[in-house]
Amino acid sequence: MSKPALSVAGLSHRWGAKTALDDVRFSLPPGRFCALLGPNGAGKSTLMAVLTGLIRPRAGAVTVAGVDMGRSPRAALAGIGVVFQQPTHDLDRTVAANLRYFAALQGLGRAETEARINEALARLGMAERAGEKVGKLNGGHRRRMEIARALLHRPRLLLLDEPTVGLDAPARAAITAHVHDLAAQGITVLWATHLVDELRDSDEMVLLHRGRVAAAGAVGALRGTVPLPDWFLAQTGAAA
Amino acid sequence: MSALRAAGAIMTRELARFLSQRERFFAALVRPLVWLFVFAAGFRAALGMSIIPPYRTYIPYETYIAPGLCGMILLFSAMQSSLSLVNDRESGTMRLMLTAPWPRWFLLGAKLVAGALVGLVQVAAFQGIAWAYGIHLPPLGYLAALPALALSGLMLGSLGLLLSARVRQLENFAGVMNFVIFPMFFLSSALYPIWKMQEASPWLAWICRLNPFTHAVELIRFALYLQLNAVSLAVTAAAAAVFFALALWGYEPARTRPPKGE
Repeated sequence: MSKPALSVAGLSHRWGAKTALDDVRFSLPPGRFCALLGPNGAGKSTLMAVLTGLIRPRAGAVTVAGVDMGRSPRAALAGIGVVFQQPTHDLDRTVAANLRYFAALQGLGRAETEARINEALARLGMAERAGEKVGKLNGGHRRRMEIARALLHRPRLLLLDEPTVGLDAPARAAITAHVHDLAAQGITVLWATHLVDELRDSDEMVLLHRGRVAAAGAVGALRGTVPLPDWFLAQTGAAA
Repeated sequence: MSALRAAGAIMTRELARFLSQRERFFAALVRPLVWLFVFAAGFRAALGMSIIPPYRTYIPYETYIAPGLCGMILLFSAMQSSLSLVNDRESGTMRLMLTAPWPRWFLLGAKLVAGALVGLVQVAAFQGIAWAYGIHLPPLGYLAALPALALSGLMLGSLGLLLSARVRQLENFAGVMNFVIFPMFFLSSALYPIWKMQEASPWLAWICRLNPFTHAVELIRFALYLQLNAVSLAVTAAAAAVFFALALWGYEPARTRPPKGE
């Protein structure tokens, strides 16, 4: 059996007196779209910060394709592409310049970089935007650029932290579809969100509530015949 | 090789950002030039200079404060870089950099060197104008001062890095500017020799002697006259190392603060 693309075991973290993550454990099979679902404040952002090495958890282990992040953070990070919740681009530089900066940060060579930029932009339907300044793009295209950027070093695991925040409905649908396509092409996706309409029945899901994993498995199997929004409300007790 | 590429990208981005902000470059030049053309002219009469090392003759006040103004440029530039670090932190571009597969000290070190380079470009422009204004230092002194300026830039940049690790929001930063830049600049030998301060207040003179910025200025001043001030070199280098180590500690993953909303 192949190693899980991501495995999280016994992860706990506190911010002062507040417990953000409490014995979180789950694992993702390779090449699947997995939603990290949870209401605001459930611990999604803390978990994302741990998975990207920005925070060292108080307890627990994160393994990326068999590489222990605590022991070999750099090797683990090399296998991960990240799209942060906050925008992380230089507005006054072109799409290509933003991507080149990231490629160099990853240590990619110049010739290789150009080929990969073309490939990644084409994959996200952004090829004709390479020469445009990021500041001139709409929110949806900026996000797509960030996803293309996260793919440049060909990671096997893509982490996206609420990537559709602030986008209008068509842009949200387009990005959700694009990332589902990436999963279909073999990239493992962990997509943090609190919006249930971004999930499909065939997706995996980890439901995070008050820092704990409240449910995990295939969306369709978990919800049964209950509509997903109702199921989500029932699980989290969140007011409609 | 790939590590150098990553460092090169961080530096190029920093320089490109600086060069694209013309107002910043302009402001960085105007500030010391106002001090040189206006303040120094006014104070020339008020402040009697005596012959102190590294000078061998009486010097005009403008000549005395030129090295201090180089230091001032580096100080402002370092704090400006620090401001952009806080901004990067808020906007998330810092996260993008820190998730690159390199050790944190390396990534932050590249950022630091980039900031120091930006400072050196500004000092070079200032020295050119000061030369045209009539402040002529030994020609080789300009070359000899380069390593001194670079080390001072790194020391002040490390201090900025340390501040950016502790300051969360830009609003808080205005206070830091007041509490860092002004005391560091005025409680130093940039504008007046320490013996002058000693006459006014011995304990203020002591603060000046302990201020690492004083040593950065003296290191630059001596180097401009092709002399080495060993004590200042040691203090500046030690301060750089301590500030950088503390900054790394501040940027440690375990000490990061909660993400917004959690």
